[in-house]
Amino acid sequence: MDASSTIPSTRSTAPRRGRVRPGRRIADRSLRVACASATFVGALVLGSILVMLIVEGVRGFTPALFANPTPGPGSEGGGIANAILGSLVLTGIGIVIATPVGVMAGTFLAEYGRGSKLAALIRFLNDILLSAPSILIGLFVYTLMVRPMGTYSGWAGGVALAIIAVPVIVRTTEDMLRLVPGTLREAGAALGAPPSKVIMSVTWRAASAGIVTGIILALARIAGETAPLLFTALNNNSWFSPDLMGGVANLPVMIYQFALSPYPNWQGLAWAGALLITGSILALSIVARFVIKPQTAR
Amino acid sequence: MNAASAIPTVELNRNRAEESRPVRIAVKDLNFYYGSFHGLKDVSINFNDRQVTALIGPSGCGKSTLLRCFNRIYSLYPEQRAEGEILLDGENILASSVDLNDLRSRIGMVFQKPTPFPMSIYDNVAFGLRLYEKLPKAELDVRVEESLRKAALWDEVKDKLRQAGTGLSGGQQQRLCIARTVAQRPEVILFDEPTSALDPISTGRIEELIEQLRDEFTIVIVTHNMQQAARISQFTAFMYLGQLVEFGPTNRMFMNPAERRTQDYITGRFG
Repeated sequence: MDASSTIPSTRSTAPRRGRVRPGRRIADRSLRVACASATFVGALVLGSILVMLIVEGVRGFTPALFANPTPGPGSEGGGIANAILGSLVLTGIGIVIATPVGVMAGTFLAEYGRGSKLAALIRFLNDILLSAPSILIGLFVYTLMVRPMGTYSGWAGGVALAIIAVPVIVRTTEDMLRLVPGTLREAGAALGAPPSKVIMSVTWRAASAGIVTGIILALARIAGETAPLLFTALNNNSWFSPDLMGGVANLPVMIYQFALSPYPNWQGLAWAGALLITGSILALSIVARFVIKPQTAR
Repeated sequence: MNAASAIPTVELNRNRAEESRPVRIAVKDLNFYYGSFHGLKDVSINFNDRQVTALIGPSGCGKSTLLRCFNRIYSLYPEQRAEGEILLDGENILASSVDLNDLRSRIGMVFQKPTPFPMSIYDNVAFGLRLYEKLPKAELDVRVEESLRKAALWDEVKDKLRQAGTGLSGGQQQRLCIARTVAQRPEVILFDEPTSALDPISTGRIEELIEQLRDEFTIVIVTHNMQQAARISQFTAFMYLGQLVEFGPTNRMFMNPAERRTQDYITGRFG
């Protein structure tokens, strides 16, 4: 037993004059200034992007934006309803494919493959996939689906987005399952529950908030992806059709094409679309924070 | 609450050992390895039916390791292995032919830290029951209530069975874990330092509970607390450096140990 820790100190904790070297104080202050200004620069860049987006985008926020499909080149009016609907469908397909694959793979890494070489290899490949340039994934799906099928399609777009979402979900699922204490698994096993039962009724439940957060973050990530859709879903200027065997309009590609166009009407719609997509991703991130909160508070 | 408030003196006359009880678990020449580390060395010991046997000894002496052999919970970790024989009612449970899930439904375990599952109080207790038996709802209700009563928790939770088990206090959580174990009607219950994470009052309640459970179950308890061993056990085994040093009725172990090392440990000369 360390005696000094139990006896309350009678020494004053107030700083004593002359004990701290002046150089130390200057170093302390300059580090503080350096950190604060770096934070300020970062926040300034982000803030100016947001302000610009709001100023330019809010003008286009009319009921027509949500009611009409994209207009032809040079024509006035129109909206981005088809792109909004298309984006919802494409991200929907992406997350529906990616969630089971990602959660299962993450569960394999955390529960079954612990310490195995195979798991280490999969984890390594997953980390590479996590940081792979998304245009490569677009080209991959182009070769895999668009070329053989002979058409750009919504399905190809959804698959490309799924490939981007999977590594995010694998990683968060594994991390969250690893946070579940081993004694909980032992307690499940000690009652005679087989591993599959322990995973499904105990560990998944214990990590559910974290896993859901990972899925939401993956959703936010793919909602704004442009490059993988350029080669797969491409675009479509007409109303959304339930047949996904053709090009499907979506916000990121619409923004990309309209922003580069010479038509002020298209540029305005691109701004409005950009504001909408940024707002949605912001909302998703906030939701993700609220989901994870009750778990960390416990 | 007498057990909790008692000044830690050895209360020896309350728990007289009944040596006439039949042997429930017989351990023969048990060796245990964590990878290359030899954790248990030629341990042989018998546990009597419906008696409390305490395993005591300094940290790292192998008492928890021995406990973890009885339900083979160590087999969750591939680098750990046991050699020798552990006979439960004459059947060697270390044999590879033994169904682990079946074995674990016969030998329950309560851990050092309470381990409520992230589900309601009711579902926690019903968890083990639902694994192997398809009970009608009414019967499940009866079994859950019976188990919670046996764990002395029913009166505190009967109005909030649907609330999360993780919302209970530490001592209540531990009794919930005992209820969950008791619900399966096991033959043996293993306790791995069940009160070391609890306050004195909760500790007292768990100790009373263990005394009551002795009527129905064979109990093995690992404890760091020698007063606890003296209070609740009929037999005590002292282990040191992976070996069983001495084993006998608790009264004799504490009053008149045969081994010098046992006496030194019990009197606090090391540990």
